[in-house]
Amino acid sequence: MQQWFKSGSPWIWMTAGAVSISLISVIGLLSLIAWRGLSFFWPSPVHEFQMKVNQHAITQQTIIGEIYDRETIPTSQLRSAGVHLDGYREETATRYLVKTGNREFVELDFRWILAHDIEQMQTPEGMAVFERTQNGNFYGYLVAVSRDGNLIKNDLQNMLSDVLERTSSINEQLYDLQHDEIGRINYQIEKLRLKQRALEINNDLTEDKRQKIEADVQALKQEYAVLEKQLFALRDESARDYVVVKDMRGKEVQLNLSQVLDVYYPNDMSFFGKIGHFFAQLGKFITDEPREANTEGGVFPAIFGTVFMVMLMAVIVTPFGVVAAIYLHEYAGNHSVTKIIRIAVINLAGVPSVVYGVFGLGFFVYMLGGSLDKLFYPEALPTPTFGTPGVIWSALTLAILTLPVVIVSTEEGLSRIPSSVRQGSLALGATKAETLWRIVIPMASPAIMTGLILAVARAAGEVAPLMLVGVVKLAPTLPVDGNFPFVHVDRKFMHLGFHIYDVGFQSPNIEAARPLVYATAFLLVSVIVALNMTAIGIRNHLRERFRALEQ
Amino acid sequence: MSKNKAITVSTSPWRTFKDKLAQYSVTTGGCLVLVALLLIFFYLLYVVEPVFHGAEVAPRAGTGTYTVQQNTLALGMEEQSEIAYQFEQTGILKFYQIEESKALAPLRQVTVLSEPVQAFAYSAPHQNTYLYASGRSILFVRPEFKISYPDNVRQITPEVSYPMGRTLIPVVPEGEQIQHVAFAWDEDQIGVASITEAGNAYFSTFEGEENFMTGEITWSSDSQKIAEKVSGTQALLMAPNVGRVFLIAKNQLQVFDTRDVDDISTLYQLPVNEMSANVLTASLLSGANSILIANDNGMISQWFEVNEESGRQLKEIRRFETNMTGINGIYPEFFRKTFFVTSENGQLSAFHTTNHAELWQGDLGDTPIRHLGISPRSDTLILQDGNQLKVFDVANEHPEVSWEALWSEIWYEGYQTPAYTWQSTSASDDFEPKFSLVPISFGTMKAAFYAMLFSVPIAIAAAIYTAYFMSSGMRKVVKPTIEIMEALPTVILGFLAGLWLAPIMENHLPGVVLLLLALPISTLSAALLWHYASPAVKNKVPEGWDAIVLIPVVLIAGAIALGLGPIFEELLFDGNVREFITNDLGIDYSQRNALVVGIAMGFAVIPTIFSITEDAIFSVPKHLSNGSLALGATRWQTLTRVVLLTASPGIFSAVMMGLGRAVGETMIVLMATGNTPIMDWNIFQGMRTLSANIAVEMPESEVGSSHYRILFLAAFVLFIFTFLFNTVAEFVRQRLRDKYSSL
Repeated sequence: MQQWFKSGSPWIWMTAGAVSISLISVIGLLSLIAWRGLSFFWPSPVHEFQMKVNQHAITQQTIIGEIYDRETIPTSQLRSAGVHLDGYREETATRYLVKTGNREFVELDFRWILAHDIEQMQTPEGMAVFERTQNGNFYGYLVAVSRDGNLIKNDLQNMLSDVLERTSSINEQLYDLQHDEIGRINYQIEKLRLKQRALEINNDLTEDKRQKIEADVQALKQEYAVLEKQLFALRDESARDYVVVKDMRGKEVQLNLSQVLDVYYPNDMSFFGKIGHFFAQLGKFITDEPREANTEGGVFPAIFGTVFMVMLMAVIVTPFGVVAAIYLHEYAGNHSVTKIIRIAVINLAGVPSVVYGVFGLGFFVYMLGGSLDKLFYPEALPTPTFGTPGVIWSALTLAILTLPVVIVSTEEGLSRIPSSVRQGSLALGATKAETLWRIVIPMASPAIMTGLILAVARAAGEVAPLMLVGVVKLAPTLPVDGNFPFVHVDRKFMHLGFHIYDVGFQSPNIEAARPLVYATAFLLVSVIVALNMTAIGIRNHLRERFRALEQ
Repeated sequence: MSKNKAITVSTSPWRTFKDKLAQYSVTTGGCLVLVALLLIFFYLLYVVEPVFHGAEVAPRAGTGTYTVQQNTLALGMEEQSEIAYQFEQTGILKFYQIEESKALAPLRQVTVLSEPVQAFAYSAPHQNTYLYASGRSILFVRPEFKISYPDNVRQITPEVSYPMGRTLIPVVPEGEQIQHVAFAWDEDQIGVASITEAGNAYFSTFEGEENFMTGEITWSSDSQKIAEKVSGTQALLMAPNVGRVFLIAKNQLQVFDTRDVDDISTLYQLPVNEMSANVLTASLLSGANSILIANDNGMISQWFEVNEESGRQLKEIRRFETNMTGINGIYPEFFRKTFFVTSENGQLSAFHTTNHAELWQGDLGDTPIRHLGISPRSDTLILQDGNQLKVFDVANEHPEVSWEALWSEIWYEGYQTPAYTWQSTSASDDFEPKFSLVPISFGTMKAAFYAMLFSVPIAIAAAIYTAYFMSSGMRKVVKPTIEIMEALPTVILGFLAGLWLAPIMENHLPGVVLLLLALPISTLSAALLWHYASPAVKNKVPEGWDAIVLIPVVLIAGAIALGLGPIFEELLFDGNVREFITNDLGIDYSQRNALVVGIAMGFAVIPTIFSITEDAIFSVPKHLSNGSLALGATRWQTLTRVVLLTASPGIFSAVMMGLGRAVGETMIVLMATGNTPIMDWNIFQGMRTLSANIAVEMPESEVGSSHYRILFLAAFVLFIFTFLFNTVAEFVRQRLRDKYSSL
């Protein structure tokens, strides 16, 4: 034993323990996010609880809802919190967090109930879950469907899905009308206003021009009036049908189908049905827009914003990063300037990201953007065009932030190219530039790719600087749309990382938003881990290839 | 290289040109990295630098002077600093136009009072009301400015209004004459304090009654006698909220509580003069929590009420030493804590109370400065020097910031003692901003300290094992797995820490503490078991796979520790450890605390430290360790005496890099703490760090304000911090690389 201690073996085991802890935490963390994120889409059964009515503080006999969470807590803690537990002798008690939905009819859409208070608990068939545009989910039993004014009471589920399909196609038309057509007209009217203002500033507004602009505006307004009529007609049409549902209070409630997005019956679903539903929900999450202050619906604008910003950043950062790496590896000698540049690269990588945000806000947004506005958009002032946080400034800021990533990775790739290849090219009479362009850069391109992927992964997860230079919780329009010039780099955008922060910490209904945050986190983590894995894969592949080349 | 050149020269000049062009453009591109870093550095500096500028007061070029005959009672200016006004002893109010490079020109004059003026008073600057007293009656006057835009050009027209009508309102009993007067006009509350020739002090409140027929309001006053036999009055002041009356007579300050008219009492009575000096004048600072008292030896003292155990006390907080003699006026700014002091000998000084600094000092000539008016934006002064009216420009953008205000203890208004406080904004305009960077720098260090405490042992131990003991096949898997953690967005770590870990820690605190004990104990006992295990079992597991063997052990130990937690809690702390901590230990507990931050940020830092340490240990030349082993040292001895010693600079550099990351980390701290800027090493309390502070406050700070620039300063401090850490780490690493290559 003593000898065993002397051999140092226990200490070796302790260091091994540290590795285990690190591994457990990495894998545990990833699985936690994956589990919590994915289970959000799985249709969980809807329970109906019959409560013991004679208990204290329970006013309702039936509670319908999804079990959201369960925990075991010491009874002493419950008693000290003033919960009545008459005749209950166990040390601990189980309680469920139940999501009851039906937000407009109950005070709280989440409530804790004690297992002790439950008389009976079942998952009844025919329980319908309505996803709605407002007030969250609704749980209840179908009673009747009203179609074109006729109340129908048989073959409810099929009937409902028919009517719902019709309504949702009308809703789609409504959405297109509102966003594409009417959005375009508003955009054009705003453009005309700015044009008039610009002419005014330049003292170039002749009566002719003014009348022409006014005529254009009038034409647009007429077009708008026509569209508006269509809009109202569609709205009336979509609001015509409704469904009657019996909720947990036993009351029959009318739900207007224009507000119902989807209906499903989790208790009736087969396992494969559930899998189908799981993927359908996942698809909706990725392609839908957020609803109800981001606590419901999808994250499409955030995905789009993240991807767009990251692509813009990649376009900016790649040339600079590659050129800097080529300079450091191919041109710079081993003198003090090179050393200073290397230290600069290390420091750029080490400067806290929020400092980049501060710099971006001051330098890019206020200084550069402010000057651009004065030079090119004086007609819009005092409303800033570029002098306010926007996607272009975010991309620029993150480009500086990820510059070292590209440099380091590219340089590593360059250093792996055997010098014999370069010497061969030079010996054949190529100039240094030609060698670089024809031989070295093509060979290093996978390394450049690796750097780019790593930079993209880093940028996709960065939040702190973006909070200062362009991210918003809810962007009314995407940075790309159908209005000329189609790409609007001055617009603010939504971002997955910021979405997590905002929904998880600034949302009014955190309990309802939490699963959505996990799902968003899972999406972001999987994208970033996948990008990193790809980068590592390319790098390893490259190493093998050059090792073969060298032999 | 030279050979290469020889070849290219003999080829076409176009190719040579392209070659040169490529060389120069790539060199320029390479230097851009340096330019980017320098740009960040100098831009931050450029934004921060105006904060440390002193104040400048200079006569406005071209405006000249204007000679006045009459005695001035008060000077003032409207918002845009385009029109100045002067209340004269004769009861006339005069307006002057101030124009760019034009002489001061009289614009309009209004006879406000035709009766002889006996006393005069002005309200706090933002209340913009003046009062003439004649005989036993008073008259309120307000200069007002109407802004209109004929032909799109702004035009300001001065007007005079009488908020209580043109009739004089009596406030003291018949037969007495007002000698000193002070008042305050706080929306619906109006109070006037007056001292008569007979030495009686009165406090009057006013009530308006609207006539239903005409809509006119008739005012009636209600006066109370608050003191008798007052003589030698040096100053009479009233707080803008009508709650306090300050009377200084014969160097004695008497403070009346006038919040309740029916119960006016004396709060304090105490001497306020400096040693062997007499009080000359006094004034209330903006916000009116402080009273400034000038003495004839040039000393100005600041007093305010402080909550002490024995109740509220009026205390002398700080003194401003001046070489001025014959101070004749103290003029506070509208909203900030700057005040100007004038003297009989033509001296003018500007001070700021919060940072205890003299901002500017100048001599305008031998003639006395009789009056001074400050514009609402505090960028222009008008003063009467002798009998000349002069206009001055004031450049005093950031008086509240100084080295002292940022880094030392300051006695803020209403605080019991001097304190380090960060409180940048508040709802009211005349709030005293508290810009101490100490609590947030402290928070940064605290967060980094706990993160390092957690991450350094684990990361270095894991790196040692991975680099030195682990089989190479496993190393290929383990290293990237741990390194992938570095790529995890910190917003996710922060979110998990705040919403998942923090509640778990709160509910399972004893379990978490047990876990700290259980992990090493279980590892050691597993090792011991392994030592005595049969060779048959041992041979099944290849060497260097100990870490895998330990994973189930660690998991089981963790589960047991967390499971035992509630039992321990029941046994030792009566089932509620949180209550025990707050009540019995007297330590505040908040859910999002330093422990949570330490663990979450520790996870963010582990891969950084792990990766660099692992590289440093792995690249220690093999012949060193082989030599040591050959000489009979055990593996552990070789590790501690040879490998770690050689790699120690690399480990140091890894820790520095990790520290740099911990110091600058934003999202984790933002989400996993309550972000309260407190100074307390308590592990169960939160903190606010420099980076989180920037993220929280930057979006709502006004561009160019002191607050904005101080946030840039915080960013600059972070930049310098991390620059130092990273540069030192990089130097050490480069030295190490050179050393290895020579070995």
